[in-house]
Amino acid sequence: MDPQVELGVRLGIPLALLVLAYFTGAAVERRHYASIRKCELRWRGLPAITLRTVPPSWKVTECTLITGSVVISVDYFKRFLAGLRAIVGGRVKVYESLLDRARREALMRLKQQAVEGGYHAIVNVRLETCRMANARNSESIAGLEVLAFGTGVKLLNAP
Amino acid sequence: MILSNIETVPGKQITRFFGVVSGSTVRAKHIGKDIMAGFKNIVGGELKAYTELIAEAREDAVGRMVREAESLGANAVVNIRFSTSSVAQGAAELFAYGTAVTVE
Repeated sequence: MDPQVELGVRLGIPLALLVLAYFTGAAVERRHYASIRKCELRWRGLPAITLRTVPPSWKVTECTLITGSVVISVDYFKRFLAGLRAIVGGRVKVYESLLDRARREALMRLKQQAVEGGYHAIVNVRLETCRMANARNSESIAGLEVLAFGTGVKLLNAP
Repeated sequence: MILSNIETVPGKQITRFFGVVSGSTVRAKHIGKDIMAGFKNIVGGELKAYTELIAEAREDAVGRMVREAESLGANAVVNIRFSTSSVAQGAAELFAYGTAVTVE
């Protein structure tokens, strides 16, 4: 291949991907935040607490384990930015928003499951984060998994 | 079977302890899903196939834990915890454990 063409391909493809990722990534994030806010508003009335015991005034009739999880990926452009940030150090804002989205989404799914099962509250809510390595390249992030779990309780005197 | 991730079953009394019960499953990703995830790694967003795969695997792990508790004669598992680890490239272990008890 002509060296000039080869150089063009080698630089052109990552550059095109960066531009594509910049627009799609921003759109995906905006849409996700909109849906998170909508869900948060809808499930606002359901108490989810991190206390390890049930408040003494609650009369529990039934309880079970409930979970909500999500696997989310960061886009190519943000990964590139994070790579640059790793050189100079400091806050990596692009990953902060990724984790924020994943945690809030997992919590919303937990609450949705509780509502669907007819539970009035969730106690001992715990959040766990796990990084999923990509099969082809274990260095790059394929996705982040956030699991939210807790004990859903049905109450006699529902708040 | 009553499951909870708090130390007791609210409103009930623990009468007997059977010790730790656990369930685990190791899952590998489907190559097709991996290709799709590769695409999602460019544009960003949720990897729905992985979310489903992991949720399903976790249910499996919980199911195994419950079966172990049943074989011991317990009717509840309390203080359930989860852990996930990437054991190898493209494979993840989902692990659930808790204390099997009898409640009344």
